Amino acid sequence: MINFQYTRATDVADAIRLLAAYPEAKFIAGGTNLIDLMKYGIERPTRLIDISRLPLNTIEEVPSGGIKIGALVPNSDLAYHPLVQQHYPLISSSILAGASEQLRNMASTGGNLLQRTRCLYFYDVTTPCNKRTPGSGCSAINGINRGNGILGMSELCIATHPSDFCVALAALRAKIHVSGPAGNRIIPIEDFHRLPGDKPEHDNNLERGEIITAIELPESKFTKHYTYLKIRDRLSYAFALVSAAVALEMDGDRITDARIALGGVAHKPWRVLEAEASLHGQKGDEATFARAAALLLSGARAYAHNGFKIELASRTAIRALKQATNGTPQDQSSKKII
Amino acid sequence: MVNAGEKDLKAGNTLNVTLVVNGTACTFEAAPWTTLLDTLRDGLNLTGAKKGCDHGQCGACTVLVDGRRVYSCLALVVMKDGAQVTTVEGLAKDGTLHPLQQAFIDHDAFQCGYCTPGQICSAAGLIAEGKAKAPDEIRELMSGNICRCGAYPNIVAAIQQAMSVLGGKA
Repeated sequence: MINFQYTRATDVADAIRLLAAYPEAKFIAGGTNLIDLMKYGIERPTRLIDISRLPLNTIEEVPSGGIKIGALVPNSDLAYHPLVQQHYPLISSSILAGASEQLRNMASTGGNLLQRTRCLYFYDVTTPCNKRTPGSGCSAINGINRGNGILGMSELCIATHPSDFCVALAALRAKIHVSGPAGNRIIPIEDFHRLPGDKPEHDNNLERGEIITAIELPESKFTKHYTYLKIRDRLSYAFALVSAAVALEMDGDRITDARIALGGVAHKPWRVLEAEASLHGQKGDEATFARAAALLLSGARAYAHNGFKIELASRTAIRALKQATNGTPQDQSSKKII
Repeated sequence: MVNAGEKDLKAGNTLNVTLVVNGTACTFEAAPWTTLLDTLRDGLNLTGAKKGCDHGQCGACTVLVDGRRVYSCLALVVMKDGAQVTTVEGLAKDGTLHPLQQAFIDHDAFQCGYCTPGQICSAAGLIAEGKAKAPDEIRELMSGNICRCGAYPNIVAAIQQAMSVLGGKA
């Protein structure tokens, strides 16, 4: 691995001060993605600022309803927390669909949002990649792009965001609490990650010098009609080809509120407001779901090896909407897809 | 590797670290880029944890840190200062195999054995977590340990045996 200096931050203000003092430093919390990237020479910080001992590891109810999750809560603690299991089962399910228990024990809540793409060429330092080396070119567009995106891509980058958790956060309209040299701010999850556009080196809209302190979930409404359905090449411990997070509110057989986000297809969790609106007031039937799926996939573009993803994403969305409507969420241990 | 940003960086840049490994306190100097796995294997001569992929994809390096299973290849040892670490070498007590070790023998839950220390440490973490009961759940929550010989059916059987022996306490 590359050589670097190490400093342990004493509190959030200290962490922000240290990052400002060392322009080529990076924060490290769980380290599961950063250390891996450093071993490949993809990330080359000259200093790591250890934030893993900061007091950001609690899950609290907030007065307005909802909960606030500290950025350093390990993924496994979050997935199994009683408040989360009871009120936000979609969050639990999405986390348990990702990685392995060892990684979930290590990885932090905030770090999950900041993990980098698993595009093959981003990881292969011998090939051009605009995300890794801006201006060098995109090897994936005309390369082995089976795992790459189909929605909102640019001519410079077709990488996907790899998180499962973030897909559920998008469906539940989470808010990301951030602190930085200019003070505190809250970024809605839909504005947190970005499309590649002409700056694929930026995965998100976090400013240099900022730190994620917490993730807030609004008051829970989706405890029965939800699902996280993940389709991948092997049934566990693999990144999504396509995934869908669905949360519905039902009045009898009518859908009164609908959220759906797709993973594995874009540079950020993919939501289409028209698709969600098309479900409102409708009965949960095949035609309604197919219309919503078509709206979700509107504008999808296939590259040489990932054309299958368009149909797969459509079927995954429809299947997930059925699971949520029926109150039969995907179990992440039983691999049977109902 | 040249680090242009900080001129004072050199190989002699080490930090003082204390770990309690298998019940014994160890204090040593470590460079910031040293992983827990390399410390265990090269520094402390505990070669049970294996360097399979070194990228958190295979599980052969699994150890328990403060009772939780982690990939030691993705942990910097300087970040674990003060932690309790248990490796496969620390599971047997007074010459008696840990119930998981005995169960792996009873069920012939390995072929080449390379993944076994990681499998056993991971299973110890799994049992302590208490989330897996049925075989489906064991398989899912053990998916972070790859066995390229494909001994999975016997590994699941061994874990079930150890679970019943331990009654949920690893």
